[in-house]
Amino acid sequence: MNHDIIEKNLGLMIVLIIVAIAWGGLAEIVPLFWDKNTNEPVEGLKPLNAVQLEGRDIYIREGCAVCHTQMIRPFRAETERYGTYTRSGEHVYEHPFLWGSKRTGPDLARVGGRYSDEWHRAHLYNPRDVVPESIMPSYPWLFENTVDGRVTPKKMTALRTLGVPYTDADIEGAKAAVDGVREIEAVVAYLQQLGTVMKDKQ
Amino acid sequence: MSALSTFWSVWVIAIVFGTLIACGLLIQYSSKTQVHSEETDETTGHEYDGIQELDNPLPRWWVIMFWATIVFSVGYIAAYGLANMQGFLKVEVDGKQVPWSQTAQWQNEVEKFDEKVAPLFAEYAATPIPELIKNEEALKTGQRLFASNCSVCHGSGAKGAQGFPNLTDNDWLYGGSPEKIIHAIKNGLNGMMPARGVMPSMTDAQIDQTVQYVRSLSGLKHDAALAAEGTAVFMQACAACHGVDGKGNQMVGAPNLTDDIWLYGGSTKQIDFAIRHGRNGVMPPQGHRFTDEQVHVLAAYVYSLSNKESAQ
Repeated sequence: MNHDIIEKNLGLMIVLIIVAIAWGGLAEIVPLFWDKNTNEPVEGLKPLNAVQLEGRDIYIREGCAVCHTQMIRPFRAETERYGTYTRSGEHVYEHPFLWGSKRTGPDLARVGGRYSDEWHRAHLYNPRDVVPESIMPSYPWLFENTVDGRVTPKKMTALRTLGVPYTDADIEGAKAAVDGVREIEAVVAYLQQLGTVMKDKQ
Repeated sequence: MSALSTFWSVWVIAIVFGTLIACGLLIQYSSKTQVHSEETDETTGHEYDGIQELDNPLPRWWVIMFWATIVFSVGYIAAYGLANMQGFLKVEVDGKQVPWSQTAQWQNEVEKFDEKVAPLFAEYAATPIPELIKNEEALKTGQRLFASNCSVCHGSGAKGAQGFPNLTDNDWLYGGSPEKIIHAIKNGLNGMMPARGVMPSMTDAQIDQTVQYVRSLSGLKHDAALAAEGTAVFMQACAACHGVDGKGNQMVGAPNLTDDIWLYGGSTKQIDFAIRHGRNGVMPPQGHRFTDEQVHVLAAYVYSLSNKESAQ
């Protein structure tokens, strides 16, 4: 075979490599963009409110997703511990999703309502105060910093262009809702709603 | 889970089989177009940095492996299915044989397990909790439920932490009868101590006095003069829930203040904080996570922590 044409034309080789790599995605990923299962919200799903949305951004900023997944797989051992397995319809309003791929800490997909707000505050301030064997870092600065509401409406507008059904009223009220809120309150508000749209065990 | 639309199903199937055929053709084609079918010293003519590429055929076992992956993939698709095409593997769900899917397999695992433990849980559920705590096996099950659902707040040894009650000391905020424990697990609890008790006008000086009085109730070191003055404040602001004798009230979860057991700590500073800001300990309801039988076994475990000796 004549490899020369490909091997001596870098541009062509790059294009062909991209085609080769993307090929599987044509079957594995592309149909999901149009599939009902992955695009339709589960019943009762609501977009995050302004405070929860800021909490989510703090969650991303602090790298929580590095150690905590938000994806319960359909195995009995997992559903016994964390609750029913994650449906894609629960995550249609998330851009980007935070499923994660590594569990140093437990999965958080359904942590909402599991512990009290007070527990979350104590735990984020110093995890070892409530879980002596924990290796999670402390996040004491969350108790000092407050959320800056200036960009919240912009974030919500951007999410709306991606299909999250925020109303004009949501966006207008966003700044007032988050201004002055301590970061810890925003994070706890975010955590306490995780997975609560499908609460029951089965 | 509804299936893919027909278009996308066909799309996926076409790509997968098209790729398989293309891979086969590629192996076929590249072994045919090779100039040498035996090992030689001839090169392909490529030379980079003094390194030459020999023009030898791929080892036979290597080529066979390529073919084997193709054969394997066909078998795999036949077993597990592809897009809307169903494979021949079946799993039992709800007593029916359904084509394999990830969720069907999960459901099958859950059903099998539930079936296995159902008689055991039925037996446990039929045993009253004070009896059940004599059953070591039941307690082990309860302990495991506790470990995965309760220990994060109450500690792996159930000894609690600051703000999260110790469950082993037989000092109950809301009552320690089996019924109360079951109710707490299912419906959760909401502490509701308002700041400055029921006396919003409490002054800083009165708070100091009350702190000393509360410490005196448990026999801790205190300023007797201040404590004496605190008595009146306590009666007005705190006694409604904690009782005139300070022994608490399980109806509202008001702790006994006379037993030197402290949920948030008994130091002057901590009592001061509690009076100034109130305390609102919350246990979220957990009922939806368990079957009634599981709650029964879990409650038995919790009950056993402070009642074990009396049962034996």
